[in-house]
Amino acid sequence: MAFKAIRTALAVVGFGLVGTMAAAQENPECIAPANPGGGWDFTCRQVGKSLQDLGMIDKTMQVVNLAGGGGGVAYAEVVNKRNDSNDLIVAASSATATRLAQGAYPGNTMDQVRWVASVGADYGMIAVAANSPINTLPELLDMIKNDPASVSVAGGSAVGGWDHLKVLIAANAYGIDDVRTVKYVAFDGGGEAVTQLLAGSVQAFTGDISEAKGFVDSGDIKVIAVLAPERLEGEFNKFPTAKEQGVDALGANWRGFYAPKGMSDDAYNMWVEKIGKLYASPEWKETMAANGMAPLDLQGAAFEAFVAESVAQIQSISKEIGIIK
Amino acid sequence: MELLSSLGDGFAVALTWQNLGLALLGCFLGTIMGALPGLGPSNGVAILIPLAFSLGLGATPALILLTSVYYGAMYGGRISSILLNIPGDEPAMMTCLDGYPMAQKGMAGEALAISGIASFVGSFLATWGLILLAPQLVKIALLFGPAEYFALFALAFMTLGGVSSTNQAKSAFAAALGLGLAMIGVDTQTGVPRFTFGEVHLYDGLDFLVAIVGLFALSEVFIFLEERHGAADAAGRKLTVGRLTPPAAMVKECTPTMLRSSFLGFLAGVLPGAGASLGSFISYSMEKRLVDRKGTFGKGDPRGVAAPEAGNNAAAGGALVPMLALGVPGSGTTAVLLAVLLSLNITPGPLLFANNPDVVWGLIAALFIANFMLLAMNIPMVGIFTRVLMIPPRILMPVVAMVSFVGIYGISGSSFDLLVMIGFGIMGWGLRKFDVPLVPIILGTLLGNAMENNLRRAITIDNGNWFTLIDSPLSIALWAIAILGFLLPVFVGRMVKMRMRQRGDAEGSVID
Repeated sequence: MAFKAIRTALAVVGFGLVGTMAAAQENPECIAPANPGGGWDFTCRQVGKSLQDLGMIDKTMQVVNLAGGGGGVAYAEVVNKRNDSNDLIVAASSATATRLAQGAYPGNTMDQVRWVASVGADYGMIAVAANSPINTLPELLDMIKNDPASVSVAGGSAVGGWDHLKVLIAANAYGIDDVRTVKYVAFDGGGEAVTQLLAGSVQAFTGDISEAKGFVDSGDIKVIAVLAPERLEGEFNKFPTAKEQGVDALGANWRGFYAPKGMSDDAYNMWVEKIGKLYASPEWKETMAANGMAPLDLQGAAFEAFVAESVAQIQSISKEIGIIK
Repeated sequence: MELLSSLGDGFAVALTWQNLGLALLGCFLGTIMGALPGLGPSNGVAILIPLAFSLGLGATPALILLTSVYYGAMYGGRISSILLNIPGDEPAMMTCLDGYPMAQKGMAGEALAISGIASFVGSFLATWGLILLAPQLVKIALLFGPAEYFALFALAFMTLGGVSSTNQAKSAFAAALGLGLAMIGVDTQTGVPRFTFGEVHLYDGLDFLVAIVGLFALSEVFIFLEERHGAADAAGRKLTVGRLTPPAAMVKECTPTMLRSSFLGFLAGVLPGAGASLGSFISYSMEKRLVDRKGTFGKGDPRGVAAPEAGNNAAAGGALVPMLALGVPGSGTTAVLLAVLLSLNITPGPLLFANNPDVVWGLIAALFIANFMLLAMNIPMVGIFTRVLMIPPRILMPVVAMVSFVGIYGISGSSFDLLVMIGFGIMGWGLRKFDVPLVPIILGTLLGNAMENNLRRAITIDNGNWFTLIDSPLSIALWAIAILGFLLPVFVGRMVKMRMRQRGDAEGSVID
């Protein structure tokens, strides 16, 4: 069985390489540009499973994990070698946009691929431990403003990554001019960062709602601000936004897909339509609710414009804080 | 009592024909994947996810299949370590140290059997630990901040002397080489790429699976190529397989080792930042310190096989604790399992036991079932596995090379990794000529990053104050053990040597 799975995976890759002109989605394939277990892997597998459950694809979506370079290896592979594959989509998120904006995929830009559609967004949030004396975002930011050394903020991304940028956006919006003084400690993923918040090693946590859902449910951590334009739906409704506390900061980690630039228009439209249909289905709404994902309903050209805008925004923040010149 | 009734419910969930069949399938595939160099538990589980989805399995059956693969791979990893001196996956690396010498002494059958039993003891105890202690154990994980993790990794490196009985300076050199290789990639604390030379494939650092397969498997092939193949066939391979069941005395001798190692391994597994490799490593080096009075470790001591196997299987069970109770993966494989849980719309975390008891207890029951299946499967299969030794090297070595290439390409789909693997193979070939041990290199690459990051996190959090490293009782205790573990052998070893010299014991000169 194992061999069969590998063989099929290899065969799929092989097929793609010769650029087969077969009908679109004959062998649907999703590249997760990271090792199994991360957010991109989840996006591929969840969407693949849902598409199959809804009968929109006949065969199981092959998920190929092409890790490396924070998604850069997969990006380069798609641009250079898989440019005319019709069966292929690749999972992407704000992290992809961040790296494109900061030039962390050497030689690659966002217009070298086609942006297909989003499947939702994970709004950023800032949390503290349940027993922390801090209760609101301005309280935390005041502490940082008065004595930046007194607060360590933990997050799951590297310095300059999206979790880091979110807290800087908030600090900037609150009037902390030199955001570089904010003490950010990078951990290997949101889970480890939350654990360290519970352990009391750090004072605050910046991450996505879905990363900390289990701890929010159990009451171990206190969400002091959601970086969304308005309060989220459902059980997350009780958490205040940063905006209503007077800090005009937004941070959405969107999830979606891109496809090769050379994909035929028919195939591109078919993918756009399928993922749009999936997004509209009640089953996907359930998945989103269960994972704390918020709506972000963008397909085709609208999604492309959205990505372009977010790349531009990240570029300007990164310049401001000196991550890029 | 409540516990037993929950467990009973779990068995009621798990004991259907479909679930038993899935567990059997998972155990079998897992053992094979574990034994193949390059395919470890995390890839094994990832490969089978599509199967679980396309069979339309529910949450519990899917988890039963995948955890059986996980446990199976942890069992299987030892097979190629013992028979070929090529670890099937990272945690099985330590098993090479005594397993391969045992096989060369004609005790392959015993080595496989005793390691199978040790694996069983380790995972059996770990599963009980998971049931009885999961909520309390989470608190242990919370005691470990960056400073404590750094002390733990320092402990691992300071007891490195236990790994190889040859020249200590060479082990230190190998470890330093490994630490150096770990520096490659984007530095998460500053976001700056180091030693990547603009090559995007190196941004995430070197994959240690690639390093292991290159260093161990390919270098073996190169050594074989260099020797006259005809000569190798005639001279070597007069190996006897030995008996297929371990003598009772051996089991008795290894029992305390297995119990101690299970405990240590389980603890290492519970800590999200440590994992199975650290578990098997610490088990081995501690055991060597404790019971290796005659200097037989590293030369084919059955206890040296039992310790890492009990340790890494216990760590596999332990790693499920933070995954289920915190939603934080304690190892690469549990990260994959976590993703599966999420895509089945189950949120792991503090409330999992309360919200999804059927999933949790069904899973735990399945772990017991898989464990007994694996024991029942592995002991009779020893006879089949040992046949590998009968294959002449001129046939075996090309197969090893082929499996290595296919395995590594199969995981990453990148030809760059194949080049890196060949590079490691050549490096391994050269280092073997200089008699430099290979295990510390892998340990350095495997643990170096985590060690560095935790050091820098601790220092950043405390605004550059280095005393933060010895600020808690736990970190002081870890440092004390580390320093003792480092210094004791230096003095004790000297005393032992002196005494042996006085006695004029000819065998005493064998040490060092």
